Amino acid sequence: MYRESQIVSETNSPFGGEGAGNLVINVGPQHPATHGVMHLVITMNGETILYVEPHLGYIHRSIEKMCESLSYRQFIYSTSRMDYLSSHINNHGCALAVEKGLQIEVPERAKVIRILMDELTRIASHVLWWGAMAMDVGALTPFFHAFRERELINDIMEETCGARLTMNYMVPGGVMTDLHPNFVKKVKEFVAFFRTKIDEYDTLVTHNVIFKQRMMDVGKISAADAVSFGCTGPVLRACGVKSDIRKLAPYDGYEKLNFEEPLETAGDSYARYLVRMRELRESLSIIDQLIDNIPEGDFQAKTKAVLKLPKGEFYSRVETARGEFGVYIISEGGLTPYRIHFRSPGFANLSCLNQIARGQKIGDLVAMMGTLDLVIPDIDR
Amino acid sequence: MLSLENISKSIHETLSASLNGTLVLLIEMTIAGVLVISLFAVLGLVLVFMERKVSAYMQIRLGPNRVGYKGFAQTAADTLKLLIKEGLTPDGADKFLFNLAPLLVIIVAMLIMAPIAFTKGFQLWDINIGVLYVSAVSSVGVIGILMAGWASNNKYSLLGAMRSGAQIVSYELSAGLSVITIVILVGSLSINDIIESQRNGWWIFKGHIPVLISFVIFVIAVTAETNRAPFDLAEAESELTAGFHTEYSGMRFALFFLAEYVNIFIVCAIGATLFFGGWMPFHIGSWEAFNHVMDFIPGIVWFFGKVFALIFLIMWFRWTFPRLRIDQLLNLEWKYLLPIAMFNLLLTTVMAITGFYIK
Repeated sequence: MYRESQIVSETNSPFGGEGAGNLVINVGPQHPATHGVMHLVITMNGETILYVEPHLGYIHRSIEKMCESLSYRQFIYSTSRMDYLSSHINNHGCALAVEKGLQIEVPERAKVIRILMDELTRIASHVLWWGAMAMDVGALTPFFHAFRERELINDIMEETCGARLTMNYMVPGGVMTDLHPNFVKKVKEFVAFFRTKIDEYDTLVTHNVIFKQRMMDVGKISAADAVSFGCTGPVLRACGVKSDIRKLAPYDGYEKLNFEEPLETAGDSYARYLVRMRELRESLSIIDQLIDNIPEGDFQAKTKAVLKLPKGEFYSRVETARGEFGVYIISEGGLTPYRIHFRSPGFANLSCLNQIARGQKIGDLVAMMGTLDLVIPDIDR
Repeated sequence: MLSLENISKSIHETLSASLNGTLVLLIEMTIAGVLVISLFAVLGLVLVFMERKVSAYMQIRLGPNRVGYKGFAQTAADTLKLLIKEGLTPDGADKFLFNLAPLLVIIVAMLIMAPIAFTKGFQLWDINIGVLYVSAVSSVGVIGILMAGWASNNKYSLLGAMRSGAQIVSYELSAGLSVITIVILVGSLSINDIIESQRNGWWIFKGHIPVLISFVIFVIAVTAETNRAPFDLAEAESELTAGFHTEYSGMRFALFFLAEYVNIFIVCAIGATLFFGGWMPFHIGSWEAFNHVMDFIPGIVWFFGKVFALIFLIMWFRWTFPRLRIDQLLNLEWKYLLPIAMFNLLLTTVMAITGFYIK
């Protein structure tokens, strides 16, 4: 018998556990608020949170170690399983690192296709986040509306990439196959459709009084704290820090595009929400700029059958829907990497949870975790 | 003419002709009890189905459509499943209270049914303090919820129960005050008197803005009292994973579920009675011809039409709004609704004294 009292005795809270008169509660590993298998040990005084302790590792698959025995073509596929909502962007980062090592010149067509796929992925991810976020604060309907739009993107992906979730489409040197003939037409249809829906999102959730009350002045983090916790992506941009890798270190032609980096200054849950909502619109504008200008040519550079990275260290970074994703490869010159490390945005973003949740109510913790946009396999890897 | 009033009268007369008074009362009570329980079952089936269809419509889904004609038998199938499921009692739970809680909740829901007038002369108990009785008995339900949360030996349940306690006790005040506005205008607590007073028009139209305000407050307060979203903090699916009934399974869970829906029906019935004239057809002052045409629609249709319109409103809330936080919930009640309700009560009193309403 594994009684609740036995599990909760293991809190490291500086305020003391149950013995000190606090309420210690286990959220997870099976709990709807964690969107996966994460375990939070929360020390509370009534409904007010004193200390949050995330316990990780419930879905650890040692992807980094697995990658050491996979070739440079193969390891990319395992990264689709990390942040499964930005699998294209993860693959993109890995492909960039390998291309850097082999100095492969990627054809223009492949670059544009990559960016289009990245932005579609970003929209799909943010839309899913929007639905889940609304569900976290108790509105169940937006979830279904979000999935309606996401389904359209998945259909587009399915036609071109052959998969709906783990696409494995980006390979060193370009993309795996050429675009499906329907791609341009369908993307245009989707963009036109989604523009009307995004206004609907604003009416239903963004401007809702209850929603605003739940999100404003909740889960505040200062820019200095956010930087020191290593937060990236919308979490950091909500504090007013420019951190978009697409702007800071452009890759594959992002520098030629005209788009804005949404910034908010409040640093609270609502600011993080607004940043993501504005990013949706920016992604749409990027797609608009590219969809009519896909250059002709090869979709993949000519590469050797067996890729061997020269001895050395290679690092590349991309902006996923959650923040900065880094790939660090150490090569000994062999067929497989000597060591691979992935810098996943979710892990760093989660680390600020204790800081922002202290002194708030348990109901807000769920909303805060929603605004951090955690994908648990991305945290555990 | 065949109406529910005549049927109940004829049953009473037939029985009285052959049996003595006590026996007649006993038989009539049994019939009433069976009717209430059947109404419960039917309401449960209809309302759960309605909620699923309404939510499906709002969430661009189809909803249940496989079991029976267009899915009508879905709830019956679910109930059957819950009936034959094992009802687990968690280790370390207070077994007596744990098993008592769902019964208490459902008994309270049954008791409130008594003074509701379904149509002219069709009422279980024409008590002269009908409205007071309803507000008094409905408060007992919270004890069942607190009991369930405490006895489950689960921290989520405890938090949910405590939230529910704070919430229901607070919102009872606003609901009570908005009910009193109508009572002041009518000058009686009896449900029948309240309905009769709306013969020349419903209070929502006759009572100007004060009654409109009290109707809005009433709807907000009863949504909170029945623990429905956006005030479903006691259940708070995303935080407390079901709150006070986390540990309940099988038929005991079904009883909580049923009680929730029956409570919605009852509060909407009270709302329809107070503000929309219960079974009273839509009458406009002295338009005799119009009123006469309206009278052709039977009272039971009016009653259920109004009640289900209100129920739809409450379901609409649930599938649209996000949930409030516990401190915001209490702020809303104590800082906004209660002062407004009190001021509104004053306004209504002045209105009643000066006779400034459509008579």
